[in-house]
Amino acid sequence: MDLSFSPEHTAFRDGVRAFTAEALPPQLRAKAEIDGHFEHAEVMEWHRILYRKGWVAPHWPIEHGGPGLDVTSRFILGEELELANAPALSPFGLSMVGPALIEFGNEDQQRRFLPKILSGDEVWCQGYSEPNAGSDLASLRTRAESNGPDFIINGQKTWTTHAQYADWIFCLVRTDPGAKKQAGISFLLIDLKTPGVTVKPFLTIGGTPAFCETWFDNVRVPKQNLVGPLDGGWTVAKALLGHERTLIAAVGQIGRAIRLCKRIAAGTRFAGRPLVDEPAMRAKIARLEIRHRSLQMANWRALASAQLQKAPGPESSILKIRGAELTQQAYELAMELMGHDALAWFAEPGVVPPIEESVASAFCYLRATTIYGGSNEIQKNIIAKHMLRLG
Amino acid sequence: MNFELTDDQRMLVDSTVAFTRKQSPVARMRKLRDDPIGWSPAVWRQLGELGWPGLMFPEAVGGVGASFVDVALVLEQLGTTLVPEPLVSSLVAGAAILASGDDVQQRAWLPPMVEGRSSLALAWAEADGRYDPAQVVTRAERVAAGYRLTGHKRFVLDGHAASQLVVSARESGTLALFVVDAAASGVRVQPIRTLDGRRAALVELDRVEVAPDRRLGHDGLAALEYALDVGAAAACAEGVGIMRAVLAMTVEYLRTREQFGVKIGSFQVLQHRAVDMFIETELAYSSALAAAIRIGDRDVHERKAAVSAAKVQLAESGRHVTQQAIQLHGGIGITDEHDVGLYFKRMQVLNASFGDAEHHVARFSALPSFGR
Repeated sequence: MDLSFSPEHTAFRDGVRAFTAEALPPQLRAKAEIDGHFEHAEVMEWHRILYRKGWVAPHWPIEHGGPGLDVTSRFILGEELELANAPALSPFGLSMVGPALIEFGNEDQQRRFLPKILSGDEVWCQGYSEPNAGSDLASLRTRAESNGPDFIINGQKTWTTHAQYADWIFCLVRTDPGAKKQAGISFLLIDLKTPGVTVKPFLTIGGTPAFCETWFDNVRVPKQNLVGPLDGGWTVAKALLGHERTLIAAVGQIGRAIRLCKRIAAGTRFAGRPLVDEPAMRAKIARLEIRHRSLQMANWRALASAQLQKAPGPESSILKIRGAELTQQAYELAMELMGHDALAWFAEPGVVPPIEESVASAFCYLRATTIYGGSNEIQKNIIAKHMLRLG
Repeated sequence: MNFELTDDQRMLVDSTVAFTRKQSPVARMRKLRDDPIGWSPAVWRQLGELGWPGLMFPEAVGGVGASFVDVALVLEQLGTTLVPEPLVSSLVAGAAILASGDDVQQRAWLPPMVEGRSSLALAWAEADGRYDPAQVVTRAERVAAGYRLTGHKRFVLDGHAASQLVVSARESGTLALFVVDAAASGVRVQPIRTLDGRRAALVELDRVEVAPDRRLGHDGLAALEYALDVGAAAACAEGVGIMRAVLAMTVEYLRTREQFGVKIGSFQVLQHRAVDMFIETELAYSSALAAAIRIGDRDVHERKAAVSAAKVQLAESGRHVTQQAIQLHGGIGITDEHDVGLYFKRMQVLNASFGDAEHHVARFSALPSFGR
């Protein structure tokens, strides 16, 4: 049993830290320091910097442009980037369709799409959910009808995160309306510039346009854009669930949020004393940090077993559920620590301290963490069935 | 970073599992609730032969010299069937002797415990001190023959049957630890029942004279804090065993109990509660493991942070898991006849021992690392 990192991994961590300290452009650094919200263009600027460094897709195999890092180094890289408050890269190309193409795509598809995912020249979004297919994803109804060399797509996708910035969308579409549920679904890549595609962003409760609705009206898509076998899309989609990188992100994000809470508590004064000296407030932060430590240790256990090429154990299945909850609790606490400052909504500079400016929006938006990527209730159904054998 | 068990550790776990199944199912503990001692000296000797009380102690005193992780592995298994022998209490008192006694003192007091011939107990808590080991009114005066101890100690776990008591006392302003023979003149040991069916003692020291070589040499407070951290980490490990046992028991009940013509495990609301129990058990295990690894850390702050975090996690998870276990069993869960209540009560004792959640939250947030 060993909780320490090897000298090589410690040196790698120092290297990442030095790189981040130097490579973050001034404007991004300024936002990082106040835990600010990054615009899409800023995220892509950081994407290109990491691309040039070779670290944009740490989990990709070398032959497709990955850096060939081991699991622990990948974890360290992710953790250090989180701790530096660097912009979180869009996962749809790098962590979702990219790995799907590497596993299920043919050589032409890999050559056509992977380099531009890496470079950031093409931005991707995800077309899974529909207005009537949320947790019950397999009830999706967007149709893809065979028409010579093409499919003709009709239907509506929703929660298409960042579709307003994206060039391409990967979709689950129904190719066999007669088949039962999961059986008649295919995984299809669609160019968003194709005639008949309409993208409309909508505001979340966080006041930002994170999500879009996307309509397909007789959209013609060449059949060579089918990934994996016809009617075999569910397998492709399932392989993308619970991806390593999304799991790691939650633990780092909570760590950041706790640090934010401490900074707010240190900078807020009550009756002449820093709020962090109030025992009740201190205890709340401590309890949150203690829960975070437990989750981090569970994460390390998952990491250590991944390093040994073992199948994910029970510790990994709980990361999504508790990670999402703790993220929300951390921002709830940040709001509580802010007191009246928490009332401000996208305040002009100077109204509240800079580190508080983005908290209210995040606090609202992050209600999504227990819903997206399979709601916590769906996750619990899965654990009940597969780990506890109930049902 | 590595959390795999070594072959030796795997064998240790296997032999503990075999012991709990064959020799110490819950029924044995249930029966011993009515025994005046509450545990079996013969079984304690057997544990000594197996080497478990000596796992964390050096070979010079007859121990194994293994890491605390090995101790935690054993305690977790013993927790699954509520083995009542005084292992945790003896480890805690032994840890105090290990941390502050010289070679001669260690060789004098540790081997009988390590061999399972007798047990030790730590007498530290006082009436107005709650969980602060520095709140000590018991005093030690220098006299011609050595020291004279006077004071009251409360809830000395397994103190009713210990042969030697490690006692904290103020000696000219500093906190010192003394090894007191439980049979010495002026020592009054009043056994009391604890809610988990075991025993503790109220210990009165009325001008008890002890020889100079019974004063443990090094920094008494640091040794006491270390010993209590050993106790907290041990409680966490045992608590994980309790959680694993009640989770398994509850899931089995959900799979077999029928109401409304179906297995109640088919109800989603009960499934989700079982999943929450599972999650809390895994989190408690994760933090207990971190505490077990850090208990020997040379950086005392690292040790304290990991132990306090684990003890708070134990309190939150342990309470949740054992309470839900009773709830999901329904009415049968609140009968004395059913085992689930025994686990629930033991968990409560663990939570209230070696610092409760409030104590450890405060300690955690007072560490220098908290500001970073």
